[in-house]
Amino acid sequence: MSRRKTERLLSLVVCLLSTRRALTAAQIRASVPGYPESFEAFKRMFERDKDELRELGIPLETDSASAGDEETGYRIKREAYELPEINLEPDEAAVLGLAGRVWRRAELDGAAAGALLKLRAAGIEAEDASQLGIEPRVHTGEASFGPLWEAVRDRRPVTFTYRALGRGGPQQRRLEPWGVVNRHGRWYVAGHDLDRDAVRVFRLSRIEGTVSFSGPPRSVVVPPGTDVRELVRDWDSDPPAHRAARLRVRTGTGYGLRRGALAERPGADGWDEIEVSFHEVDRFGDYLASFGPSVIALDPPDLREAVITRLKGVPQ
Amino acid sequence: MSAPTAQTGTQRLQRLLALVPYVITRNVVGLAETASAFGVSERELVDDLNLLWCVELRAPDPYCPIDLSYEGGEIVISEAESIARPLRLAVDEASALLIALRMLAEVALPGSEALTRTIAKLEAAAGEAAAVSNQVQVQVDRGRADGVIGQVRDAVSQRRRIHLRYYVPGRDEATERDVDPMRLLVVEGRTYLEGWCRRAEGVRLFRLDRVHGLEMLDVPAEVPPEAEPVDVDQGLFRPSDQDVQVVLELRPGGHWVAEYYPCENIERSGDDLRVTLRTPDTRWVRRLALRLGEHARVVAPTELAAEVGADAAAALAQYAS
Repeated sequence: MSRRKTERLLSLVVCLLSTRRALTAAQIRASVPGYPESFEAFKRMFERDKDELRELGIPLETDSASAGDEETGYRIKREAYELPEINLEPDEAAVLGLAGRVWRRAELDGAAAGALLKLRAAGIEAEDASQLGIEPRVHTGEASFGPLWEAVRDRRPVTFTYRALGRGGPQQRRLEPWGVVNRHGRWYVAGHDLDRDAVRVFRLSRIEGTVSFSGPPRSVVVPPGTDVRELVRDWDSDPPAHRAARLRVRTGTGYGLRRGALAERPGADGWDEIEVSFHEVDRFGDYLASFGPSVIALDPPDLREAVITRLKGVPQ
Repeated sequence: MSAPTAQTGTQRLQRLLALVPYVITRNVVGLAETASAFGVSERELVDDLNLLWCVELRAPDPYCPIDLSYEGGEIVISEAESIARPLRLAVDEASALLIALRMLAEVALPGSEALTRTIAKLEAAAGEAAAVSNQVQVQVDRGRADGVIGQVRDAVSQRRRIHLRYYVPGRDEATERDVDPMRLLVVEGRTYLEGWCRRAEGVRLFRLDRVHGLEMLDVPAEVPPEAEPVDVDQGLFRPSDQDVQVVLELRPGGHWVAEYYPCENIERSGDDLRVTLRTPDTRWVRRLALRLGEHARVVAPTELAAEVGADAAAALAQYAS
């Protein structure tokens, strides 16, 4: 953007903020320097300028110019434009400085910096948090994060190619996104799957290629009371452990198992017997197999079988 | 996303709209200080000020809405009535800070009053722009780390040496060591203590949910000057040239491995994936391969494949007896 254009946009902002009554396009052209002579060329440029101001979040309003006038008028209401009064205590400023570091090198980094700049302009200095001894970060390595955030923000439906885990090829999905959640370092999007007409959760790392908008802004309605975090948690978490297992564990090994043990009986033969709880026989069997010859599953029999099956599958 | 050139222009307009209130709230402010606050050179700043001073409206009568001076390196804005306050926070801006603050509330500073107050003030200032931020959430795995987080924070801020009992699942080992704490890291959804490990004589990361026990020692921490903090922006675990290269073939039942561990290379052939990863210690891969059973095969190194096979055979022999 050229200096002249910056000047023109700045004058336009000042002009529309200063006016009490909405101004017509002609009045604006008379007041703001830098617009071309021809009315058609002016109209085109003015349209683009309005878009740019709105993109910056400047609340440019249209309403009828003055009584009896049919023409559209424009203005920026002071109370809609201005950042309300805000003051932070020193401890709050420290916290804000820390929050400003979270998105570093990630998708919303520029937005966080923009926010801090405006707050600084309002007299609030976020404290330098580099000496606090805490370093928080969110990563947004997935290319689909940006478009999905925009879709959630603007309430637009999206389509994307999704490859579920395991067998089967990629599928085209259509989704009304309700929210994006990072759980244990991985991003998920939850929403209404338009083809399955049901709530679905997708992992961003399994989205292939680009995410495209498939509808206009404000066309998605998020049901009131929706808790996206809960949707992702339900999709991702294990049911509570409810079955008991008896294991023999070689002395000096199996710390991961001993940590959550219900009971532990040290043995004299180089093996200890422990009792643990688990929720799903196959997954727990896999886990026990990972200890190799250090752990033997005694009970229940289906768990014992699961471990043996897994070990027999190991290529020799 | 707009093109880079358009972005810099937009950024300049944003900067100008922030610059005016920045000076006004401070009454008088130095050129150098202001330039550094806005991340521009003094020359660029003077150019901005000249641009502001030149703004002119022509109707009904010509007038200059902004009056300022920067004589002697001190900026004073005497007239800027309509843009004396900063612009409201945009949705992206309010969301970026609120999402980050809520993440901190969850983990790094649980129960911190300052956080609760800051969130409330920011929500109030952002108004409608704050609403959508609730639809993006960052949840950090605290696991069993809850009590430990507070202890680690204390140790870091008091610069005290700690004694750690730490579980290394990849090797199924419980270790004991003294650590001089450096920082608490909250990265990739987990909490870590970064510290100088006196046993390894190097900087190490300890996942807090794997800490079995932590004692604060009556000894000040002594982090040697050569201790290099981890660059968290580059990702926590970076392969090194000394690492062993492991190649695994994954059947569909083992595809999750490609997602769960940082792989250097992933090739698809039919239903199978062939992944390459680097690690300084292959013991965890040995355990991983046992857990995967028929869903995976260690292609390289061959010694590792042999170890996995021997482990499975030894374990099965115990079930047979």
